[in-house]
Amino acid sequence: MEVVIFLVFAIIAVVCAINVVVQTHPISSAISLVGVMGSLAVLYLLLGAEFLAAAQVIVYAGAVMVLFVFVIMLLNAGTESRKGRSFMVQLLGVPLLVTLLGLLAYIVQRIYPIGASVHFGGFTQGTPRDVGRALFSTYLLPFEVTSILILIAILGAIVLARKELD
Amino acid sequence: MDAFIVISLIKVLVVFAVLMTTLAYLQWVERKVIAHIQVRPGPYRVGPHGLLQPLADVVKLVTKEDLVPPYVNKPLYLAAPFLAITMSLLPISVIPFGPAIAVAGHQTYMQLTDLNIGVLFVLAVSSMGVYGIALAGWSSNNKYALLGGLRSSAQMISYELPLSLAIAAPLLLSNTLSLHDLVLTQDGGIWHWNILRGPFPQIFSFVIFLIAGFAETNRVPFDLPEAENELVAGFHTEYSSMKFASFFMAEYANMITVSSMATLLFLGGWTAPWPAAYGSSLAPVVIFAIAGVVALYHGFHPARRRDQRTFPVFGVIFLIIAGVFLLPMVQDWLLPLFWFCAKTGTLLFAFIWIRGTLPRFRYDQLMGFTWKFLFPVAMANLLVTGLLVAWFS
Amino acid sequence: MAEIPIAWFLTLSAVLFVLGVAGFLFRRNIITVFMSIELMLNAVNLSFVTFSYRLKQVDGNLFAFFVMVVAAAEAAVGLAIILTVFKNRSTLNIDEVETMKN
Repeated sequence: MEVVIFLVFAIIAVVCAINVVVQTHPISSAISLVGVMGSLAVLYLLLGAEFLAAAQVIVYAGAVMVLFVFVIMLLNAGTESRKGRSFMVQLLGVPLLVTLLGLLAYIVQRIYPIGASVHFGGFTQGTPRDVGRALFSTYLLPFEVTSILILIAILGAIVLARKELD
Repeated sequence: MDAFIVISLIKVLVVFAVLMTTLAYLQWVERKVIAHIQVRPGPYRVGPHGLLQPLADVVKLVTKEDLVPPYVNKPLYLAAPFLAITMSLLPISVIPFGPAIAVAGHQTYMQLTDLNIGVLFVLAVSSMGVYGIALAGWSSNNKYALLGGLRSSAQMISYELPLSLAIAAPLLLSNTLSLHDLVLTQDGGIWHWNILRGPFPQIFSFVIFLIAGFAETNRVPFDLPEAENELVAGFHTEYSSMKFASFFMAEYANMITVSSMATLLFLGGWTAPWPAAYGSSLAPVVIFAIAGVVALYHGFHPARRRDQRTFPVFGVIFLIIAGVFLLPMVQDWLLPLFWFCAKTGTLLFAFIWIRGTLPRFRYDQLMGFTWKFLFPVAMANLLVTGLLVAWFS
Repeated sequence: MAEIPIAWFLTLSAVLFVLGVAGFLFRRNIITVFMSIELMLNAVNLSFVTFSYRLKQVDGNLFAFFVMVVAAAEAAVGLAIILTVFKNRSTLNIDEVETMKN
């Protein structure tokens, strides 16, 4: 049963990821990326990370991608033009990427043979209680630093995007 | 395992049927209430007191010509209402309507499923509801629709912030994210409800939650994105028949979700305001008996000639329902359901009442209100709640 | 039913990462390039959570959470930069933004 869930959502994730890269209009890429994030949230549930699955949908799919969709709608970006593409880049790039993928997959298969397996309930420390406890005890300094980082990002975005006062 | 699947299927069918009927009749209630606020009868002719009006509306919408304009972006145009209504119906699956009951020998919750991250699930799904509106505005290829869609999306994501902060404050008191356990921590009477308990009664959180809830569901006074006299019809300008109907159903389902979440978080869910030992099980009986007597009285002194036939029938129906509440075998599931529906219904009535009363905000007033007033107030509220909870524990 | 080998999750993460790299290298529209970066970050998050499952510690979830937060901050600032570039150059094609002079 977990195998079926994994296969369905992994295939959805890969198809949507290919769609992100291949589609010409940015809004189709953005919607496909939302699909990737949604299927990854289900895979996080399979891995027992329930708080992270909810955070993925709330923060990533529900806020960051809405921001992307907003900017695409505001800029009214049309489809990408085909001129200016270098054929040499594609000729060299695709085999190198396939090599990278093969190398990563081979290393993964060597390190983790069939022994380790994933099933529902295999990892129970992903509850909000455990994540919160770790966040506010072991990782308190990174937490405070990221809050300052977010403040800097807010200030930066406001300064960059406001209208110039003449 | 088999019993679980069968019981779950039965629950899904029951909840779906009741929900669809409620959505249709919520529109009837809204039209009648707004009509009476404006001193006119409202839907009156189709069936007794307009009770068959939703049926007539459904027939009209289904048989209308389903026009897909040629200049729209078809995949997104067709997906947007589907997305809107899916994301607005999903939270109903985690809302508990009552305690654990025994159905044919099996114990089950009066809830489709109890997630232990229930509150986060509702927040997550309502964040995804923004896409339905944004894509509807974009795909319609029409500047009014695009403006309406953009404004509505910006409004919804801006008001998600005070909404989340207002949800976080009673969670500090209840210490659980599961909706069923949240209600269980508020058991015991009105002084245990989150709105009145703990070191800091959550009255501010309740008000902030309701205001943010109004904005999330695009209701007056925050309904500029779909106002008829501002933007033609906003983001659903180019939609017709069933797709248009699904946007309206999505709006009413969102209203039901926000009201249900407010009762679960602040008003104690399905628990009675005072314990059953002091007679709270007689409260619905008294309420329905009074309604029945009033209906019978107006039946004998009718304001209009039609009322002479319909009001006595309603009176008798109400008295029968009051009698049903006295039966001992329905006490353990009907009474919690009654309290839950009474509280949610009161909040829905507040939604409709405010629609009939307040004018709408201008868009810059709306955005200024959230970023400059509501968000700092929600943060201060959360801070004070946290400090007081830490002080007193 | 057989359970899922951990290697499948890591392979999926590798596939998503390589697709993100492909989008980053081959696309000319600046917003699509940015979305490929987000795709790469998501793939890495999946790796973190998988290793968190394998080692039975919650720290992997925390790492993924911080990656998410940093990605959100980066998306905000990056999109503001894209808006400014569009305001000045009126194009979203990264090939045409190659000189510092206007």
